[in-house]
Amino acid sequence: MRILRYRELPSVANARKNRLEIIAAGLSRRELIKYGLISSSGYLVFKNGLSQYASGVAWASGGTGTTGLTSPPTRAFIEPMPIPPVRRPVTTLSGPAPTINPNTAGGEARTRPHQAFTKYPTKFPFAPALKFETHQRPGQMLMSPDLPLQTIWGHDGIWPAPTYYAAYGQQILVRNFNDLPDPSQNGGFGIPEVSTHLHNLHSPSESDGFPCDFFGRGKFYDHHYTNVLAGFASTHPPDGDINEALGTLWYHDHRVDFTAQNVYKGLAGFYLLYNQFDTGDEQTGFRIPGVGGSSFYDPVQFDVPMMLADRVFDPSTGQLFFDLFNLDGILGDKFLVNGKVQPFFEVEPRRYRFRLVNSGPSRWYEVFLTDQGSNTQIPFWLIANDGNLLPAPISVTSVAAAVAERRDIIIDFRQWAGKTLYLENRLEQTDGRGPTGNTLPAGAGNFLLQFRVKSKVTTTDNSLDPSHMRFYSLPDKTAPARVTRTFRFERGNGQWQINGRLMDADCSTVRLRVKQNSVENWVLQNNSGSWMHPIHIHVEEFQILNRNGVAPSPFEVSRKDVAPLHHNENMRLFFRFRDWEGRYPLHCHNVVHEDHAMMLRWDIDQTGDTNATP
Amino acid sequence: MPASKSAKPAAAAPKTWDKSQVRDVIRKRYFPEVSLTTHEGKQVRLYDDLIKDKIVVMNFFYATCEGICVPLTSNLVKVQALLKGRVGKDIFMYSFSLKPALDTPEVLHDYARRFHAGPGWQFLTGTPDDMELVRRRLGFVDPDPAIDADKTSHTGMVRYGNEPLQLWSACPGMSRPDSLVKSILAVDWKDGKRQG
Repeated sequence: MRILRYRELPSVANARKNRLEIIAAGLSRRELIKYGLISSSGYLVFKNGLSQYASGVAWASGGTGTTGLTSPPTRAFIEPMPIPPVRRPVTTLSGPAPTINPNTAGGEARTRPHQAFTKYPTKFPFAPALKFETHQRPGQMLMSPDLPLQTIWGHDGIWPAPTYYAAYGQQILVRNFNDLPDPSQNGGFGIPEVSTHLHNLHSPSESDGFPCDFFGRGKFYDHHYTNVLAGFASTHPPDGDINEALGTLWYHDHRVDFTAQNVYKGLAGFYLLYNQFDTGDEQTGFRIPGVGGSSFYDPVQFDVPMMLADRVFDPSTGQLFFDLFNLDGILGDKFLVNGKVQPFFEVEPRRYRFRLVNSGPSRWYEVFLTDQGSNTQIPFWLIANDGNLLPAPISVTSVAAAVAERRDIIIDFRQWAGKTLYLENRLEQTDGRGPTGNTLPAGAGNFLLQFRVKSKVTTTDNSLDPSHMRFYSLPDKTAPARVTRTFRFERGNGQWQINGRLMDADCSTVRLRVKQNSVENWVLQNNSGSWMHPIHIHVEEFQILNRNGVAPSPFEVSRKDVAPLHHNENMRLFFRFRDWEGRYPLHCHNVVHEDHAMMLRWDIDQTGDTNATP
Repeated sequence: MPASKSAKPAAAAPKTWDKSQVRDVIRKRYFPEVSLTTHEGKQVRLYDDLIKDKIVVMNFFYATCEGICVPLTSNLVKVQALLKGRVGKDIFMYSFSLKPALDTPEVLHDYARRFHAGPGWQFLTGTPDDMELVRRRLGFVDPDPAIDADKTSHTGMVRYGNEPLQLWSACPGMSRPDSLVKSILAVDWKDGKRQG
């Protein structure tokens, strides 16, 4: 699938660009061979471009990047893709026993009581039997053998953070400790204050990870993840609407003004939510690829999360480089999957489910499967948009994802036994504003990962043929809206504005109040010229009613939580805000825009307002 | 990107990484060694005199600007008042000229007096080349060259940071003054201890 509209730019001759990049990088012929850019016979590998080494050099020339840097060369596909470990519950939490009210004296940073236990005590008996603990702290990791060890900040010191496996109907409590170091030990960027957002959970406000609910070193914060379907206390009592089931969520830091730095440093991980249909077992439910172990917390094979990230490394120190003074968006020239620069992944010739998240900071992707030296379009299946299963799988040859968007896909490697395939981003982007609109030919994009397909299957594929899979129906979106609100995204004198207003650093201004359990239509308007914005709205999924009056493409006929807003686009969204109360943000998920105040706070309460241009 | 069979990846060449302290790396990257002139006619070095060991608040403007500069400077006057006695002690405010050829120290002095800018807030000019270098390095740039060249559309963003703690961010200069103060104090000395 393609993103619909981009700004038209004159296309640049790839070969010439690549050549300029090689010259700029000052690589010798020997190095070119070493990094796989040319073969020993001297021909450029893939006549269309140089991919993994060269393409990201665009970062150096684009935008307000104040210091054009090109990362040191790294070899591709020599290390396996790591899969983050699954987090296991603990029997007892460190520190005091959990409380419904914030335990300030005990060192807790939460400011509001857990609303679920008091409002719906039979549904959510206190305290949850399932408890987890996470410690945000520094750690060291090797992102490439051609780079020095990097000091990152991670949950339990790793990036990607441990993956949560959660199940609908099983509430959990996560005690989140800030064990980060003094800011002078930040390695040049990152603030040791955190607010962990669980991206797309239907979550009570106090457990959502609101940007201004950040907390400092030495404190902890108890998050109550209710794992309950939307509508449980409103439209679909007592258990909620099954058609609102969520699947692939991710968690990441959301500290106001410093989200880009803290997530770039590594504070992000997956949270996978299973239920009786999406079971993690390919012999049950929807029969999506996945083979679990004896325990729920054993890793599910063939159900693989992939966190996409682009980064820059300082060519002299080899350390992660974050452009502190960039205002447009930061593009990396190194592409990482699960924390490794261009890894390989050995697969069996069978079906796999991959859960892709674009973890940013600013790049838009369009990911293809590429066969070496061929322009053939290789089909695979898209099964979920933003972690939410579509009504049925869609056969695609690429998936587009703006920052924070998730794409669950199924790839069938049967016909590729013994061969090699690549995940390749072919969307051209040269600065932080958004992609240019050019889709590059096969081999000319950014190679993300190499699949090495084994010759034989060792685990029989019992998953269903995706062409026969049927998932949830879409919830009704015809209900009349109590209010239609318009949000104009503009940029004036380099400052982001929403409906002509700026954000407050302490999130104190409530720009609109939604009446709990009501239907609203929100219209997002991009009036910011040559900029594109993935707009994220917390707590409830929306459905796109139209883009510029036109019905959405099939892959966007889904529930979503990120609205990729292209140039001059006007998106009309259907929302039903249910069950919870409190404060939530709407913001751009190009985290560099977000940190420069492209955000507003809105609340859900009992009365609501009818402000049409908040 | 697969190399051909005969071009198997060689072992990584031994690489010596620069072990400079990150604070020096940031200084070299963002703070060029230029000498500027304050509205009081004093020669100052960008890093050593203005930024090192300090919490700083920085914006760009020019004296004859009839657009955003007037409300922006007025807003920053309120910010200075809200920061009470700290401006000039450990927090310093700098407004850099976008039209240094016109903005002589005398013009800037007059501008500072007109807005009642207090001590600890300096208005800076220099050679056009130096000021342009400072503007680019500090990231007060628009990616659209036409907008960037048009001084009337210049950015109203305010950059703030704590140099020794390596904490930097930016926010719209036209935010509410109390909101700007909250942003700036996000980079305040932690645990009340001044470092550096």
